[in-house]
Parts: sequence; C-alpha cells; structure tokens
Amino acid sequence: MQPWIIERQIRFQRDLDHDFTQEMRSTPGGEQFVHCIQCGTCSATCPLSIYMDYTPRRIVAMTRAGLKKDVLSSFTLWLCASCYACSVECPKDIKITDLMYALKRRSIEEKIYPKRFGIPVLAQVFFRLVRKNGRSNEGMAMVQLFLRTNPLSALKKARLGLNLISKGRLSIRGEAIRNRKGFKTLLDNVTDSSHGIKSEEAATA
Amino acid sequence: MKYLYYPGCSCSGKTSGRAYSESLIAVFRALNVHYEELTDWNCCGATMYMSVDEQQAFAMSARNLALSESQGDGNGAPVTLVPPCAACYAVLNKTKAYMQEYPQVGDTIHHALDTAGLSYSGNVTVRHPLDVMVNDVGVESIAEQVRKPLKGLRVACYYGCLLVRPYPLFDDPYDPTTMDDLMRSLGAEPVEWPLKTKCCGGSLSGTIEEVGIRLGYILLTEARKRGADVVATACPFCQFNLECFQKQMDRKYKLGARIPIAFFTQLVGMALGLSTRELGLHRLSIPLPNPEKLGEQKEYAHA
Repeated sequence: MQPWIIERQIRFQRDLDHDFTQEMRSTPGGEQFVHCIQCGTCSATCPLSIYMDYTPRRIVAMTRAGLKKDVLSSFTLWLCASCYACSVECPKDIKITDLMYALKRRSIEEKIYPKRFGIPVLAQVFFRLVRKNGRSNEGMAMVQLFLRTNPLSALKKARLGLNLISKGRLSIRGEAIRNRKGFKTLLDNVTDSSHGIKSEEAATA
Repeated sequence: MKYLYYPGCSCSGKTSGRAYSESLIAVFRALNVHYEELTDWNCCGATMYMSVDEQQAFAMSARNLALSESQGDGNGAPVTLVPPCAACYAVLNKTKAYMQEYPQVGDTIHHALDTAGLSYSGNVTVRHPLDVMVNDVGVESIAEQVRKPLKGLRVACYYGCLLVRPYPLFDDPYDPTTMDDLMRSLGAEPVEWPLKTKCCGGSLSGTIEEVGIRLGYILLTEARKRGADVVATACPFCQFNLECFQKQMDRKYKLGARIPIAFFTQLVGMALGLSTRELGLHRLSIPLPNPEKLGEQKEYAHA
C-alpha cells in the first residue's frame, strides 16, 4: 500500500454511543473533557504518544463523539503511564489522566482491552495481590505477569532478577498487613462500584 | 512536630527501593528528625489499582490517612505523613484532594471507613522527605552538618513526574529547584538539566521494556551531555528504571559508559559522613564515584 495514503476507517452516526460520553463526563475529573479545543498540547507533552495507536488528543475527541468500542479497545489507554504532564499543561484544565483511568476501568469491565498485552494483565494481577494482602509485592507481581502473558520472556529477565536478589532487592515473599479482615471489610463496603473481577473473586472465595 | 513515616510497598522489605528507606532513616537520625513508622499501613494503590477500581483505590489510600490520624496525638492535632515514594506521595495527596472536591467520593469513602471502624477528619498533611529536609530542617542547617562535602560531584537532579505533578505543593511543576538547592548545600554541583520532570515510564518498563529503555536512554544521554557524574532520584521506580536497564540501553542505542543512579538521600548521607552499609550503597548495581577521588581524577585530567 502507498504510505502516503492514510487508511481511514468508516464509522456511522447511529453507532455512536452518547451514553458512554455522558458516563465518562460524570466520573470524578471527567467533567471538563467535552470542552476540549483539540489543540494537541496533551499529545505533544505525552512522553508515550509515539507508541500509541491514537494520541491523547484523538482519544478525547473519540470519547466525546461516542466511539466507545474503538476507544476502549485501544492500546493508548494502557500506555498512559499517568505522569500527569498533559493534565498540568492542558489550557482547558481537562484532567486527561483521570479520563484515561476512567476509560481503563471501563475497558476492563467490558473486557475489551487488548488481549495478551501486559499492562492490563499487570493491573489486574496487582489489584488481586493488594486486595488480598493489603500490600503489593514486586517479585510476585512480575512472576504472575509472566505466567499470564509470555512465560518465555521471563528467561530474558532472569539475569536482572538474579542480580536484584543478590543485592537484596527482590523477593517473592511479600509482606501483608496485620488487620486483613478490617481491610477487606473496608473494601467490601465501598458500595457504588461493581466490577467483573470483584464478582469473580466473590464467586471463588 | 511529629512525622509519621510511610515506607510504601516499594521501600519496605526486599524490594527495589530498599536502599531508599535505609538511607532515609539513617539521614533522618543523623539530622535529628523524629519520626515513627505508621502502624499497619497498607498499599496506597499506586498507579495500577486506580485502573481497576477507583472507589476502592481511594478507600485503601484513605485507610492510611485514617490510621495516621489515630496514631497522632488523638486530639485532632495536625499529623504529617511522610512517604518517600513519589507515587505514594501523589496518590495520598490525590485521595485527600478528591475526598474534598467530590462529595460523591467523600461520602462513599467516609461511609466505608465507618463500617471498618475508622474515621478521617482531614487533619493529615502528606509531605515528601525532600520537602521536610529542605523546608523543615533547612538547607543552611544541613550545610552546617556536612562532614564530607561532595566537592566536584556533578549531580543531575531527577524529580520525575509525581513529585511535582499533579500537586506541586512545595516546588515548581515546570522547573523544580529544591533538590538542586539541597545538593548545593552538600557541596555538590547540580547541573542544568531540562529533563528533570520528564517521565521515566514508571511501571511500563516491566511490561513493555522497549518504552522504558527509550525514555531512560534519552534522560541519561542528556544528563551525560550536561556533564553529570551521577543522577539523583526521589522515587524507587525512577531509580530502578534508570539503573537496571542501562545494559539494554547500551545494546539498543549505544549509551556508552554506565551512569550511577542514586537516591538523593544516599548523597545527603554520604555528605553527612554516614557509612556505605547504613546508606545501602552496596545495593546499587553501578557504584557511585568516590567524591574525594573524583576531584583528584579531574585535576589529573585537566593537567
């Protein structure tokens, strides 16, 4: 294909989901994004936009238009390292990082995040680990990530891992808080969210 | 004033930031900063928990605030919580801010805390150790206590993202200078380095290594071009990303000689004359230059 011809995807008006736009608007930090002037400052400051399939500016425009499926299945959401550069620079005070978080959550809920892509998997591994122990453990999180994505890639990191272990900087035996029961009560009583993972966990518990 | 130390998961036990907490504690002792560890603290939620469940992330973060309040004087006196990790610092501050700004968040979290037998009335200030050292202890006071000045050591001060964004509470978000001032008081020379708040990729280096390698390479090459002997960091993730992937950076982009990456607390400790073990210097993969010898080498090079 000729590289100078940009392949455009066709989307139809009736496929737009305006409820999705409203929903994102109602999350904390999401109120402002519909006022975006599409200046592109976010994309310019973003250290990761070169890796993204849609730049942050396009994600904002697409979310406002209601292109729910395209937004939620994009790689962009997961490449956001939440460095807040865009939020600080935005001339319209849009909390873009918060919008990205809201989109990530929705993407996990709908289970349409890119499959076999490490970051959403790590987020969920981390979620389960912390929910169970009250504290995270870097070593265990990495082991579980490798098992769920690409076990062979662990071999490439073996040397780094051994080096860290020899320096006393890595262990798969993590810490846990003492009052795990109280911690669980606290999290179970956060009422207004109901997610896929949570119900899954309740079923296995 | 009472400081409550919140190590956070990355600086507690055998983790990447172990040397950070070791050196911080040693420096606090040497500077006579009284602190105690927050009892039974839990994970702040970091940047990851928020991507799965927002309200739970706020709730667990708020548990730390509630515990701080009850561990304080108990009379509603203000308490200062001190997390060394920049991510913990930003997340705890975000939780505080969102509980106030958004009634729906505040109500949900207060209710959840209530059912778990906790309460939070808003009397906790979250401050970074860099803030405490520069603004409470004071750079002049630190300069007086320096025993082994880091003379001739050129330092690139790396603030990273979350120390000044989104909540620039003690420094400028575009051009922060507190760490530079601190380094100057130790006798070191901070170099002019415009990438001081550019992102290192955070946890992305664990999932998509290429991203971390590229961002790290850009940061380190610029630091070297500015003449830095060492990069000082204030976050366990920044230190890990910049130090542990230099081999890959070299393979892919020809980074050249290794650049040592220290926690800023380790440099403070070195200047205060604390030992290698106390400061966890033996945990770094790339050894720091010896400031005494560094001066000699440079003179030799000039001759």
